Amino acid sequence: MSQRVLSPTAPKEPAGVAERTRPGPRRRAVEAAEKSWRPLALLAVCFGAWWVIAAAGWVESYLLPTPGATLDVIVDKPGYLWDHGWVTTYETLLGFLIAVGVGILSAVLMVYSSTVEKTLYPILLFAQVVPKIAVAPLFVVWLGFGIGPKVLIAVLIAFFPVVISMVTGLKAVDPEMLQLSATMGARPWQTFLKIRFPASLPHLFSGLKVAVTLAVTGAVVGEFVGANEGLGYVILQANGNLDTPMLFAGLLVMSLIGVVLFVLVEIAEKLLLPWHASRRDTAATTTL
Amino acid sequence: MGTVNDTALNKSGRNESGVAPGKSGAPSDRAAATEPAVRLADVAVRFRTKRKDVTALSEVSLDVARGEFVAIVGPSGCGKSTLLKLVAGLLAPSAGEVALGGEPVRGPRRDIGFVFQRAALLDWRSARRNILLQAEMRGLPAAGARARADELIRMTGLDGFEDAYPHELSGGMQQRVALCRALLHEPPVLLMDEPFGALDALTREQMNVELHRIWRETDTTVLLVTHSIPEAVYLADRVVVMSPRPGTVTEVIEVALPREREYAATLASAGFRSATGRIRELLGAAGAHD
Repeated sequence: MSQRVLSPTAPKEPAGVAERTRPGPRRRAVEAAEKSWRPLALLAVCFGAWWVIAAAGWVESYLLPTPGATLDVIVDKPGYLWDHGWVTTYETLLGFLIAVGVGILSAVLMVYSSTVEKTLYPILLFAQVVPKIAVAPLFVVWLGFGIGPKVLIAVLIAFFPVVISMVTGLKAVDPEMLQLSATMGARPWQTFLKIRFPASLPHLFSGLKVAVTLAVTGAVVGEFVGANEGLGYVILQANGNLDTPMLFAGLLVMSLIGVVLFVLVEIAEKLLLPWHASRRDTAATTTL
Repeated sequence: MGTVNDTALNKSGRNESGVAPGKSGAPSDRAAATEPAVRLADVAVRFRTKRKDVTALSEVSLDVARGEFVAIVGPSGCGKSTLLKLVAGLLAPSAGEVALGGEPVRGPRRDIGFVFQRAALLDWRSARRNILLQAEMRGLPAAGARARADELIRMTGLDGFEDAYPHELSGGMQQRVALCRALLHEPPVLLMDEPFGALDALTREQMNVELHRIWRETDTTVLLVTHSIPEAVYLADRVVVMSPRPGTVTEVIEVALPREREYAATLASAGFRSATGRIRELLGAAGAHD
């Protein structure tokens, strides 16, 4: 019998269930504060140290600008950073989405065909060993100065975690569930859509979180190698001009893009997999 | 006798008359009327591992009549679960013949319900939608399936938990959902592989009583694998005692108990004690525990 004290004739929703899966807003805020005050405090200490060191003039200002100077750049030239930030975001997202599409497709093919797996998997592992950053100049030669090489590098870097997590997820399905599906006379596509694919989503999302942050790196590396726009270009320009406040501002915006994309993936996960998120919450192991 | 392809079994997977599904036509109907619900004839199963061949089952013969409740007990690793998978068509025998409702088993069968030791529920579906998975996969009409699911939910005491998710349910509740799912399409044969093995003793007793009541009410043929001798004797018409590997049928015990079985009175009865005693003796001789 259930351990919970529940009225067996409760109408639509069992009372205790709602309480456990959806804590009240106040309790949630308290929990969020309890979780985040330590990292926030450490960040504040770092910022304080940065400000003290820079403002006291212990380090030359062209080496380390004050936080104030960095913020001034962001406030003074919002359009400049916004435009270049958008280019990087665009390349990142495009690369990420292509990596997700191709990654999921390859994973499904590998799981369902051992021939494909035996052919593709070793190549994938080998390709992962090749440092993609080193190939970046070649892509510029091949694809020119446009967004092509940036997106391609983002795709290549983000592809691997997507494939691996999806293959793991598809293979982690309870074998008894598959046998049960066979006794239900399910067609292979039914088993895939109703059992295997949904069961693999928690694994896939952990891969997507890694992939989206890597995609930012990929896009910026592409911009480093050859570009006339994007945050990688901004940083290289600022570096050449010894304009450290702008360099720091570029870094800050770039980090912000990474964090925002990561959080978006987390939100998507919570919306698509409420059953998984609520289980994870009770284990108190959220990433945020 | 029908040599019907499994996929050609009747589309709805259910049959109100209690007759096993098969190709419509006189020969198959006649076979269904005379054949046992489950027949295993000289069945052997050998697994090939890297180092050696393992014989899981050898020379197993067993007939289960329509509407009969048969329990299978035996030491761990004697191939009890393998036997159920043979009947379900999830595994092919190395030798011998397996037939279900008069039809030889040649691949996964749809005219059964299967319950595993773990509930094997889909985490992202509520209890009701887990039960309805059975109907979705079989393409049963939604309205009828929903009504049937509600009926089973009432029958198993899941009222009020229809919309709860598996992780919100206790082990016993999860197993009830799995049972409902296995019964949704009114299968002529229900196969259960240690369905209550993971439950605490009290929940297990309750589930035993409920399962027996459901069996009496539905006339389903049940084949139950269990480690518990009292469970086997309380539930079954006959108990099949198996030997350690290679598993074979040591003895089949007829349980001399009435069809209606009040739990405490049944456990205290002479028929119950003589049956459990005999089984314990047989298993003890085979060097088994429990």
